[in-house]
Amino acid sequence: MYTSEFTYHKASSVSDALAQLASNPDAKLLAGGHSLIPTMKLRLASPSALIDVSSLPELRGIRTEGDTIIIGAMTTHRELEFSKVPLLSEVARLIGDPMVRNKGTIGGALAHADPSADYPAAILALNAKIKIQSSSGARVVTADEFFQGMFTTALAPGEMLVEIHVPASVKGAAYEKFAHPASRYAVAGVAVVVHSDGSLRAAVTGAGDHAMRLTKLESEGVSSACKGLVSASDLMGDHFASAEYRAHLVDVMASKALARAK
Amino acid sequence: MNEIPVSIKINGKQVTASVESRTLLVHFIREQAELTGTHVGCDSSSCGVCTVLLDGDKPVKSCTMFAVMAHGHEITTVESLAPGGVLHPLQQAFWDQHGLQCGYCTPGMLMTSVALLKHNPNPTEHEIREGLSGNLCRCTGYNNIVKSIQQAAGVMSQAIPAAADD
Ligand SMILES: Cc1cc2nc3c(=O)[nH]c(=O)nc-3n(C[C@H](O)[C@H](O)[C@H](O)COP(=O)(O)OP(=O)(O)OC[C@H]3O[C@@H](n4cnc5c(N)ncnc54)[C@H](O)[C@@H]3O)c2cc1C
Ligand code: FES
Ligand code: FES
Repeated sequence: MYTSEFTYHKASSVSDALAQLASNPDAKLLAGGHSLIPTMKLRLASPSALIDVSSLPELRGIRTEGDTIIIGAMTTHRELEFSKVPLLSEVARLIGDPMVRNKGTIGGALAHADPSADYPAAILALNAKIKIQSSSGARVVTADEFFQGMFTTALAPGEMLVEIHVPASVKGAAYEKFAHPASRYAVAGVAVVVHSDGSLRAAVTGAGDHAMRLTKLESEGVSSACKGLVSASDLMGDHFASAEYRAHLVDVMASKALARAK
Repeated sequence: MNEIPVSIKINGKQVTASVESRTLLVHFIREQAELTGTHVGCDSSSCGVCTVLLDGDKPVKSCTMFAVMAHGHEITTVESLAPGGVLHPLQQAFWDQHGLQCGYCTPGMLMTSVALLKHNPNPTEHEIREGLSGNLCRCTGYNNIVKSIQQAAGVMSQAIPAAADD
């Protein structure tokens, strides 16, 4: 399958990529290509230009500053899988297959915001922050502000996701997903984190049109029975799993994740 | 047309050609480098028959990369496994254990397995099955593929006792 034609530009720096993006509103950033290329093959996207940012050293790697771990947006799932980043290493290991993990990046996955992607639940539960840059400056948004809807995030045209900030240590964390047997995407995936101040955050991906916090579980705390956490009317149903079944899966995945996290 | 010069070292040989920027890596390998061991199956990043190694040890699906993304990098394909016609221990094991029937998935299976054994020379059966989760086979039912990889792991760990030192 051929995508439509485009001009390819390999960015030499973040500022070069942002200048390119500002000069052509129809251009798209290319990270690992593992959501974008399939979409372009199906002609659901036909950008006239691709700006390849996948190998920019400024956007790669994992470092610790004080009590925060800073992850470059172009860090691959594979690199995270073999890292010590709380929760995200566990989540990365469950994405797709080894080949997908060698190319796909955390920044690309978060920017794409597929409703069945794994990281968003973990990012919400970790209370991570997302650093966004444009040619006019940088801003940092919370995970709660970042995910806005199906394939929709706080990223505005001309903006680029550059870093993910997560707490360097947590008391406990776990992610449990019921994976689609073919793609491994989440039919329902629940992340639970007990933070160092004892507070508990939990979120679900795959079940609704975008990842969301599990507020009932959070208010019930570590002793939650994980029953009726979400209502089927707030979830998606498709030929693979009805909304009622997904609601049931959320409870099951949540109780497993909570048992491991607490 | 948006043609762009692309130069990739494939199995140790530099291959340079001017191709459209939308040319997929798998087509560059098959049509520009004329190496047709790498197959196209689903063309949608699901089946793994197009798997090649990027920069020596990273299996990737060459149907889900533009050739230009591999510019300046090294690619290893199934053709590199048997220099001088001597089968790689994995190829020999697939033969011995009936790890293939039609053979369509085999190049991808082999390349994924080469990388798997490089990272983990003595994988458990579970680790082998996890490692192959991106490679589909419509013929064998996988059991003989798993046995092939187990045989090769045994042969390869005996062949290189020096590996125990590092
Ligand atoms: C077979 C298969 C199985 C998969 N299974 C899973 C799974 O189990 N779980 C899961 O979570 N995911 C899964 N994925 C998706 C995978 O994780 C992708 O890698 C990910 O969704 C996109 O990351 P990427 O780096 O490939 O981004 P790309 O595909 O390159 O980009 C995706 C989008 O984000 C934009 N973008 C990229 N980088 C930036 C940036 N820095 N700033 C702003 N916008 C940017 C692009 O313009 C594009 O619109 C699977 C994919 C495949 C092909
Ligand atoms: S042809 Fe590449 S994964 Fe099927
Ligand atoms: S041997 Fe026929 S698809 Fe695997």
